[in-house]
Amino acid sequence: MFYPIQLLADWLSYSVFSIAPKTLLASAVNFFIFDTIKIFILLGIIIFAVSIIRSFLPAEKIRNILSHKHKIIGNILAALFGIITPFCSCSAVPLFLGFVEVGVPLGVTFSFLVSSPMVNEVALVLLFGMFGWKIATIYVLSGVIIAIVSGLIIGELPVEHLLADFVRQNQAKNAIKLPQMNWPQRLNYAKSYTWDIVKKVWPYILIGIGVGALIHGYVPADFLAKYAGADKWYAVPLAVLIGIPLYSNAAGVIPLVSALTEKGVAIGTTLAFMMAVTALSLPEFMILKKVMKTKLIIIFASIVGIGIIFTGYLFNFLIK
Amino acid sequence: MIIKILGSGCPNCKRLEANAQKAVEELGSDAVINKVTDMGLIINYGIMSTPALVINEQVMSYGRIPDVVEIKAMLSNPELIKPTINNPTPKTSGCSCGGKC
Repeated sequence: MFYPIQLLADWLSYSVFSIAPKTLLASAVNFFIFDTIKIFILLGIIIFAVSIIRSFLPAEKIRNILSHKHKIIGNILAALFGIITPFCSCSAVPLFLGFVEVGVPLGVTFSFLVSSPMVNEVALVLLFGMFGWKIATIYVLSGVIIAIVSGLIIGELPVEHLLADFVRQNQAKNAIKLPQMNWPQRLNYAKSYTWDIVKKVWPYILIGIGVGALIHGYVPADFLAKYAGADKWYAVPLAVLIGIPLYSNAAGVIPLVSALTEKGVAIGTTLAFMMAVTALSLPEFMILKKVMKTKLIIIFASIVGIGIIFTGYLFNFLIK
Repeated sequence: MIIKILGSGCPNCKRLEANAQKAVEELGSDAVINKVTDMGLIINYGIMSTPALVINEQVMSYGRIPDVVEIKAMLSNPELIKPTINNPTPKTSGCSCGGKC
């Protein structure tokens, strides 16, 4: 599938830059060119496709669907809808308020809040491009399951009193009729959204792939196994802790981590790290303080964190 | 005519505002552009995705940035901006919260 890109990368590195094949430099340069082209083509296609789907199912429509759903089914749907919605920390508060206001249960809202940033199209493209479809699928499935279970648990806890007062006072309003996009608007929206995202993430991706290529070319295989192999119990929780402050660089972290995995970091540890990067974001927690008390944010982060750590151990155990 | 730009002040909100400004100028319209950044007020319009464009209290677009041509079309089409009955204008509440509720 990526064969033509490999040919192009070979031609660029051996003929255009005239680097002797089979050297460390050649291997690093070839790796860099191939991955960069592949990732950007995938990003363009997938983000565009997801944007088109989203133009039919904006968050405003999703919350109306979820407001009529009960526990479990609501949680499952919320986690699945979270896949197609974009999420930046700046949208956490309006989403939270908007969901709670139309009567979406708190636990269902949390399922959405977990899945939306964790399972997103950019992470998906990078995982597929750097690790292949198996790891990408495992990531999506585990992400959705963590979102469902965390939401179910929070839904059972007595946490209503931990919401900011004005959230509880915000009573349900009449459903206001919103305009629908037509096809030219959808295409325009998808085009500009794709461009926006690519513009925002390309430096991180280039740096990530670049450093990854250096590691690929120069660091001996299994170099990291003795620090972060599957038999090191502390690797998973440590990876999760390191991942928390890294949200804005998620796009660059994945290519980097893929190179580290090649050098002996266990796959479950890698998965846990990436989930922590996307799902546990410090800036998002700060912003959520506007709508809930710190205690609830800590409960939320702990439940999701434990889910991620469990997933990490599970796949370290399953995939050798 | 009153145009409102709803959004927290993100770069996209500024782009939408610039487009709206340009559309108003090109039409020579006397429309006034207001920015609404208070999240409580924004969600009263039934939207969560910003930036949104509101003309005469009617949500015209949300979660995207219409270009100048599209905004000009919205501004010059009187049918499009006629408020409908099932579209109540958001409460400018009588309570003492100072617009925070």
